[in-house]
Amino acid sequence: MYTIEVKNLYKNYYSDKSGKFAGIGKKPNTEDDSNSVPLQGLGAGISFDVNRGEIFGIIGPDGAGKTTLFRILTTLILAESGTATIDGFDVVKDYKEIRKRVGYMPGRFSLYQDLTVEENLEFFATVFNTTIEENYELIKDIYVQIEPFKKRRAGKLSGGMKQKLALSCALIHKPSVLFLDEPTTGVDPVSRKEFWGMLQKLREQGITILVSTPYMDEASLCDRIALIQNGQFLKIDTPQYIVSQFADVLWAAKSDTMHKLLEDLRKDEQVKSSFAFGDSIHITSPLNPPEGDLNSLSIDKLTKYLTKIGHKNVEIKEIEPTIEDCFMNLSQTK
Amino acid sequence: MKQLLSFIRKEFHHIFRDKATVMILLLMPIIQIILFGFALSQEVKNTKVVVLSTTSDEATRRIINRIDASEYFDVVGTVHNSDEIDAAFRDGKAKLAMIFEDHFSENLKHTGKSHIQLIADATDPNAANSFMFYASNIITNYQQDISQPQSGGGMIVPEVKMLYNPQMKSAFNFVPGVLGMIMILICAMMTSIAIVREKEMGTMEILLVSPMKPMYTILSKISPYFVLSVINFATIMLLSVFVLKVPIAGSFISLFIVSLLYIFVALALGLLISTVTNSQLAAMMISGMGLMIPVMLLSGMIFPIENMPAFLRFISNFVPARWYIDAVKTIMIKGLGLGAVLKDVGVLVLMGTVLVTISLKKFKVRLE
Repeated sequence: MYTIEVKNLYKNYYSDKSGKFAGIGKKPNTEDDSNSVPLQGLGAGISFDVNRGEIFGIIGPDGAGKTTLFRILTTLILAESGTATIDGFDVVKDYKEIRKRVGYMPGRFSLYQDLTVEENLEFFATVFNTTIEENYELIKDIYVQIEPFKKRRAGKLSGGMKQKLALSCALIHKPSVLFLDEPTTGVDPVSRKEFWGMLQKLREQGITILVSTPYMDEASLCDRIALIQNGQFLKIDTPQYIVSQFADVLWAAKSDTMHKLLEDLRKDEQVKSSFAFGDSIHITSPLNPPEGDLNSLSIDKLTKYLTKIGHKNVEIKEIEPTIEDCFMNLSQTK
Repeated sequence: MKQLLSFIRKEFHHIFRDKATVMILLLMPIIQIILFGFALSQEVKNTKVVVLSTTSDEATRRIINRIDASEYFDVVGTVHNSDEIDAAFRDGKAKLAMIFEDHFSENLKHTGKSHIQLIADATDPNAANSFMFYASNIITNYQQDISQPQSGGGMIVPEVKMLYNPQMKSAFNFVPGVLGMIMILICAMMTSIAIVREKEMGTMEILLVSPMKPMYTILSKISPYFVLSVINFATIMLLSVFVLKVPIAGSFISLFIVSLLYIFVALALGLLISTVTNSQLAAMMISGMGLMIPVMLLSGMIFPIENMPAFLRFISNFVPARWYIDAVKTIMIKGLGLGAVLKDVGVLVLMGTVLVTISLKKFKVRLE
């Protein structure tokens, strides 16, 4: 039995008046055909399973439907169709049972700002019918870092410390499944790294973790990931496998005039896609050009061409794809 | 149980760490009582009077003295013609003018009849009515005094008695009104804001995804405001008895029971508001506009319900404060027992039960 089982989950609500789709999944046979490309075997809504003790990442940009999915799984909202179970309990029928055994950390900092660190933790411990002492072992590593500030009001903590407190509060009742909705958004890089370190430790304790993030670089820290866009999963697999499946050649290009470089590359028909990535531009071109196609692109050819049309210090090298490259590649084929 | 207690403790933390709000909540009844009691008093006191009397004789002097001696009037001067009266009114130097006819005393003695014209500034009709009434009373009294020796029967002397409020103090009217208003404000408004705040801050999400029973959440949210309301009730009672000198004529226990009932209705109202709104601002607007105004205007606190058009009178039946204020007046001012306010109590119980049932039904166990 999977810890989390999701089948054909679908939920659509119009977040604004424009009537744009907002939610997750795709209803079969909708009138709007523009985006109803059938997903690989996923059918109507979204489906996935999470194993016990796994860190499962939901990776996607803002507005992709991550929070909607989390709220359905934490029994906060109801899906229109499809089913989901947590530890074998149905999210609709057995919501009370689920609420006893999951830990949930919403995307927004949701603790009491006017209570101290200690009071927050104590309050959530009693809400879950437990005490800080009972499960101190579980939160010890995290809590010791904020313990020196335990008399401070939660609202006065730094972003990273708030996150640690929120995680402590979500963990205080030793949940079997932890739902972390964008836990690292708005947190500094050092704290983010620490935070992921803590998640690894929690996994070792057998806690199943479903975590969402808009940061692609965090994907490789998950056991498995689902790439999500516009409420639909592009791919579900281990980050390593997704990267290895990258079907194209990937180059990173630099020149003195980056903006113009991006424009020129986008005009070039042989370049499949190009997008700014940090301080360079990532270019993909089909891996296997048609047999005997003398015009097929090579680093040399492209460098010469770019230099000819006025770019200086053109530098192109082949690189290994990252999850973000995979995401861009997958989302463009959709 | 431990959950509940811990939750209640947390609620008290919220309230008492927000110093400004606590001060407002605790000082508001005091300020309202003092404002209504002293500044906004509708009682007529020291109304300025000018006198026009062509002949200064004993009768006119006596009447003027009596007027001046009463606490309602203050004779500020004498004038000599109607132009001067007009001027006094225009400049606000007088609210009332007394014009004695020529040879007032002589006419009175010889014909047994004489005239005094009273002219009032009626820009404030209620005040004008009252001091006209006082002035006529004083004159009638004088007439009775002088006519007593030769009284030959056939004269009807009305003896007016102001029951329950012999001194016509407006405090007797507004103390119940302020009670009705403060309770609504604190219970309904603050409770709804407190619950909606959890929604707005996102903490409701965590509370929902926990074994916490919704009933516990509600109970702990309302309990601090219940305590605050009882404190305010005590403050208002102390102020009205010792500062405004409005005694509690009936049983204090009955009064307290009725007040608890009203607090319960107000809390239920706040709960209902919190279930239909999602922002603190909306909760405030609904409780402010939707509760304060009906309480002020339709409860009989300011305008008598009997004088309202049938439609408004009908609406006023749905304002809990109307029934509460009626009950408080009956117990506190008239000194009657619980038996006399059974109707009010019944209506409040019904309202409370209906409101609690609806809001418990509407209380969402999910976000939407």
